[in-house]
Amino acid sequence: MSSARDVLLDPIFNKNPIGLQILGICSALAVTSKLETVVVMCLAVIFVITGSNFSVSLIRQQIPSSIRIIVQITIIATLVIIVDQFLKAYAFGISKQLSVFVGLIITNCIVLGRAEAFATKNTPGLSLLDGIGNGLGYSVVLLLVGFCRELFGAGKLLGFTILPSTNDGGWYLPNGLMLLPPSAFFIIGLLIWALRSWKTEQIEEEN
Amino acid sequence: MLEHYLSLLVKAVFIENMALAFFLGMCTFLAVSKKVDTAIGLGVAVIVVQTITVPANNLIYQYLLKEGALSWLGLAETNLTFIGLICYIGVIAAMVQILEMVLDRHVPGLYNALGIFLPLITVNCAILGGSLFMVERDYSFAESVVFGFGSGTGWALALAALAGIREKMKYADVPEGLRGLGLTFMITGLMAMAFMAFSGIQL
Repeated sequence: MSSARDVLLDPIFNKNPIGLQILGICSALAVTSKLETVVVMCLAVIFVITGSNFSVSLIRQQIPSSIRIIVQITIIATLVIIVDQFLKAYAFGISKQLSVFVGLIITNCIVLGRAEAFATKNTPGLSLLDGIGNGLGYSVVLLLVGFCRELFGAGKLLGFTILPSTNDGGWYLPNGLMLLPPSAFFIIGLLIWALRSWKTEQIEEEN
Repeated sequence: MLEHYLSLLVKAVFIENMALAFFLGMCTFLAVSKKVDTAIGLGVAVIVVQTITVPANNLIYQYLLKEGALSWLGLAETNLTFIGLICYIGVIAAMVQILEMVLDRHVPGLYNALGIFLPLITVNCAILGGSLFMVERDYSFAESVVFGFGSGTGWALALAALAGIREKMKYADVPEGLRGLGLTFMITGLMAMAFMAFSGIQL
């Protein structure tokens, strides 16, 4: 049994859900063109993954294993609906920008993957920590990508000008590619390269 | 009228490609693209499921969930759109399960070829994303059939193309840290840029 500290901190660099486990990539790419949406998305995912891990773990003795996937999906969908309604009520603008991607947290493989792989086998307390840890690991990658894309694509961070662009009389010529979807692939690819140069045991075998 | 559907189809397949323009279904996209054969098998399964679930969810949305849709029950003000998510995922899970049983019974060859990928389609975001886009854009039933088929086909094409490129990559000498996942991201990025050339095409 791993200690609580490992459960919380391992997913951030050692077993990063995006970098190593190839989970939850869809939303990582689509919402990262502005840092503001990234922050909201990260909070939503951390809430859903923590809540689902905790609830699944609480009733893990009662769920028959043949229908466990549908039970887990229902729990996750309920939590996502809560988030969706909350965003529509208090942050309508951001909810519009995120459009279908809030709903897509349901099929975010991190959430179901952790519920299935960890919460069904561990106590509620540990599952809660595992949820927070994986949510943080996901957020770290998303925030880095969002940071690069908004800074180099628009010269701004969270809407504040950092690099004054030539259009406003500054010196920075914004890189339009950064605002377009493909740049997210390149940034994540480079991040994985950097992570694997640091943690060499994550390098894939030659096939 | 026909042009409208044709344009919608082309738009769903190329311009708004599920995988390369919206990044939906990326997890499976990256994980299952190592071999062309399995990629094509999964692609076909996605096309079938998508063509069935998007229209099915369209019917549910039109006749049960939309505001005023329940007026035939005397509940004219009821608006059930907030439970939409849970309904759509339920329909998708049920469809995949039914498809699995039908294939197992009648087309065992295809069933064995698809194997584990069939149940995995439930958690493929491209499928749920298709239904959510359908609701957001308020498609009619006929439009949703075209959109479901088109978006599934677009996803399958992109998957097969990536698998083809990755098979060739075996002969390349890749830096250690980039091997596998890292380089796949870069390739997908380049493919997404190529697909952006389609944007703005109107029929």
